[in-house]
Amino acid sequence: MAQPPRKAAILGGNRIPFARRDGPYAHASNQDMLTAALDGLVSRFSLQGERMGEVVAGAVLKRSRDFNLTRECVLGSALSSDTPAYDIQQACGTGLQAIIAVANKIALGQAECAIAGGVDTTSDAPIELNDQLRRVLLDANRAKSAGGRAAALMRARPRQLVPAIPRNEEPRTGLSMGEHQAISTKRWGITRAEQDEWTVGSHSKLAAAYERGFFDDLVTPYLGLERDQNLRPDSTVEKLAKLEPVFGGKGPDATMTAANSTPLTDGASLVLLGSEEWAAGRSLPVLARFVDAETGAVDFVHGDEGLLAAPLYAVPRLLDRNGLALQDFDFYELHEAFASQVLMTLKAWQDPVFCRERLGREEPLGAIDPEKLNVTGSSLAVGHPFAATGGRIVATLAKLLHERGSGRGLVSICAAGGQGVVAILEAAA
Amino acid sequence: MNTLARTAMKRAGLPVPAPLERHEPGKPVARGPVLAGGAPCGRLAEPLEQVLRSVGAHVVRESEPAGDGPRFGAAIFDATGIADSPGLHRLLAFFRPAIRALAPSGRLLVLGSRPEDCEPPRERTAQRALEGFVRSAGKELRGGATAQLVQVAAGAEGAIESTLRFLLSARSAYVDGQVVWLEPPGEGTVAIPADWERALDGKVAVVTGAARGIGRAIAEVLARDGAHVVCVDVPPAGEALAAAANEISGEALQLDVTAADAPQALTEHLAERHGGLDVMVHNAGITRDKTLAGMRSELWDAVLDVNLSSQERLNDALLEGGLLRAPGRIVSVSSVSGIAGNRGQANYATSKAGVIGMVGALAPVLRARGATINAVAPGFIETDMTAAMPFATREAGRRMNSLAQGGLPVDVAETIAWMASPASGAVNGNVVRVCGQSLLGA
Repeated sequence: MAQPPRKAAILGGNRIPFARRDGPYAHASNQDMLTAALDGLVSRFSLQGERMGEVVAGAVLKRSRDFNLTRECVLGSALSSDTPAYDIQQACGTGLQAIIAVANKIALGQAECAIAGGVDTTSDAPIELNDQLRRVLLDANRAKSAGGRAAALMRARPRQLVPAIPRNEEPRTGLSMGEHQAISTKRWGITRAEQDEWTVGSHSKLAAAYERGFFDDLVTPYLGLERDQNLRPDSTVEKLAKLEPVFGGKGPDATMTAANSTPLTDGASLVLLGSEEWAAGRSLPVLARFVDAETGAVDFVHGDEGLLAAPLYAVPRLLDRNGLALQDFDFYELHEAFASQVLMTLKAWQDPVFCRERLGREEPLGAIDPEKLNVTGSSLAVGHPFAATGGRIVATLAKLLHERGSGRGLVSICAAGGQGVVAILEAAA
Repeated sequence: MNTLARTAMKRAGLPVPAPLERHEPGKPVARGPVLAGGAPCGRLAEPLEQVLRSVGAHVVRESEPAGDGPRFGAAIFDATGIADSPGLHRLLAFFRPAIRALAPSGRLLVLGSRPEDCEPPRERTAQRALEGFVRSAGKELRGGATAQLVQVAAGAEGAIESTLRFLLSARSAYVDGQVVWLEPPGEGTVAIPADWERALDGKVAVVTGAARGIGRAIAEVLARDGAHVVCVDVPPAGEALAAAANEISGEALQLDVTAADAPQALTEHLAERHGGLDVMVHNAGITRDKTLAGMRSELWDAVLDVNLSSQERLNDALLEGGLLRAPGRIVSVSSVSGIAGNRGQANYATSKAGVIGMVGALAPVLRARGATINAVAPGFIETDMTAAMPFATREAGRRMNSLAQGGLPVDVAETIAWMASPASGAVNGNVVRVCGQSLLGA
C-alpha cells in the first residue's frame, strides 16, 4: 500500500456521559450536547481562542434547521470563531467517518490540527410535518393569488396533523435494525446465554474502568450526569435471563432483549487530532497514530447478507492492505450494536465456509483473544448515541494504546444501510 | 447591602459595614497621598522611600490636621528604630493625628523587626509591643481601613516591595490586623516582574478545587496576573471545572487529589505539558462537621485526607520530581478554624492546623530550593458553603470582625497571588489570615 506522507496523531478526546432516552438530556439539543463536549475538550487541552484546521462532526437524527450544526457549535464554543466546520452523516459510522476525514487531511498536510466526532439525541428528536400536509403548505406558498392559496389549503385534512416521527427502520425493508439483526442472530446460531454473558461482561468492564479512573480525562460530566446512565455495575446473567425478548418474535428462538441490545441514548463525543509537529509545539503527548481505515457495504436488500455484516468484509480488506493478520492487534474495539452482532462477527471470522465462500479466503481469519476485546466495555453498557460512538471508541482505544506504550488496535463499527467503518490505530511509542 | 438592611442595622445599633475597595487592573497601589514617617535610626527609611517612589505615591511627611486637607490613602511608619519601651511613644505621635485623616479603605502600616531577631531585651520587648498597637488600631479604624505589622528581618530590607504593594493596595481588602514577617530571601527566590500588574506572566500555576468558590477565584486572579492555570478538581465537578478553565484560558484537569495515583498523575501531566510548574495552590478542601462524640471514622479520615494528607503527598511528589521551578511557590489554604478551633469541626480544624504545621516544617526546605511555602487562613468568606449556613450562625460569622462583614473569595485569591508572586521570595513560612480581623482566635 502507498504510504501516506505522515500519520495523524490522536491527542485525546472528550465526551459527555451518555444518557438514556428521555433521561437527564431530554431537553438538550444536539447543539447543546456537542457544544458541551467541545468546550470540555477545549478546556482539557487549553484550546481557548485557537483556530483549528477544522471541526467535523455529525448527527444521525438531525433537524433541518441544524444544517450547519457543527459550525454553530464552534461559534458557541470557546474555540476561535475563525475555525471552519462541516457536518457529515453516515448513520452509526458518522463519528468514525468524521475522524477519518480529518486524519486524512492531516496526513496530507492540509490541516495541522482538527477535532472530529458526533452527537445524537433520541429524546429531542426531529419531528417532521406530515408529508401530505407539507405538500399542501408548499403548494399554498407557491400559489400566486389568494384564491389559489385558499384552494390549496382546502386540501388540508385533520389526519394530516399526525406528524412524521423518525423511526429506527430500514426504508427499503421496513424492518427495524433489531429485527434485521434477529435474522442474522438465528442464522449464526447465537444463543441467548452467549449474548447475556457478553452483555454482563460489557457492564462489568465499563464499571471497572470507571473505578480505576480511566475515564477521568475522557469524560466531562454534563447536566448533573457523571457517568453513563445505562451502566449497571451489578448486572448478572441471572437478572438478564428474566427479560422478555424484544426482537425476532416471541418464540423460544427469540434471544434478543432490551439488555443485550443497545438502548436509545443521547450523547456527544469528540477527538482531537493533529500533526506530530503541532502536538510537539504544544507539548501534547501523542496517544496513538491513525494508521488506515476502510468503509464497506453489503447488499442486505436484494442479497442475503445481514444488515450489520459490512465490517465482516471491510476488516479483511483493511488487514490485507496493511499486511496484517487478525491476531496482530493488542486491542479490538467492536462496537456492540447488539451482543449478537459482536458474537456473529467473531464466529464468522472463524468459520471456514464463510471465509471461503464470502471472503474468498483459503483460511479463516481466526479467533480474537477475548481478553483484548472491548476491554473497557462498549456500547451495550455505555449506550450508543449513534454518531457519538465513533469518537468514544477512538479516544478510548488511543488511551489504551498510550497506557500500554506499544501495539496496535482495531476499530469496527457497523451502521444502518448495510454499511460498516473500520480502522487501525497504533501506539505512538 | 441594600438601603433597607443598612437602616435596620443602624436602628439596631449594629456596626454598619463599610464597602471595601477592591483592586482592578490599572488602579494605583496607593489610593491617595501616603503619610510616611519613622523612628530615628530605622533600617527601612531608604527601602521604603524606594518602594513609595516605585508605586508612584505622593508622599507626605507631616501629618496635616484632619479636616479640609487631603485624606491619606495610607499612613506608614518605620518602627525598626524603636529600641525600648519609651520609644513606643513615637507611634502615638505619628498615628494619633493620622488615624482620623485616613481615607475609606485606607491603610495603616507599621514596619518593625522580628522580636526573636533582636539581641537586646528592651529592643525585643519594644518590637513585640508593636503587635498590640497594630491589632488595636485595626479594631478602631473605620470606613474599611485596615492595619498591619510587617516584621522585616535583617537582610530582607531589599525584598519588601511585593509585600508593601499588596498591603498598601486594595488587593488586601479583607486582610486586617495581621503580622507578616519577611525573612532574608533564599538564593534565587526573588525575581522582580517587568510589569507588577502581570507579576505571574509566563508562570504555570496549579490550583486544586478550582471548579467553584474560593478555588475558582484563585484561578481567576492568578490568570489575571498572567499565569497559565491548571485547574484541578474531582471528576464529578468536571462541568463547572471546564467552564472555569475556559473562562481564563486555562486548563482543566479532572483529578481526585486523594487518589493513590494522584501525585503521579499530576506530576506526569505537569512534566509532559509544561515541563514543571511555578506555583502550587492547595485549595481543595471539604467539611464533614460533627461533634467529637458523634464523629465517625470515615468523616475524620475523609477530611484529613483531602485537606492535609493529600497536600503532603503532592508536595513530596513535586519536590522529589524536581518539578517546582525557582522561584517556586507553594500556597496552602488553612482556616481560621485551624487557629481558633471550632465546635463540630474537630476533624476540619485538625487538618487546617496541620496545614500550618506543614508550612512551618517545609519553609526552610523550600528556601534551600529557591522556593517558598505559605498559607492563608480565611475567616468568613461569602461562598455557596457559607450561604447554606443557618441565618443566625451566618450573620454572627459575618459580623464578628473589625470590618463587620464577610470577605469575598477574591480577597483570599489576592492574598494568594501576593504570596505566589516571584517578587515575594522574602515571604516564607507565613500564615496570613484573610478574616477582616476576626474575633475568633485573635
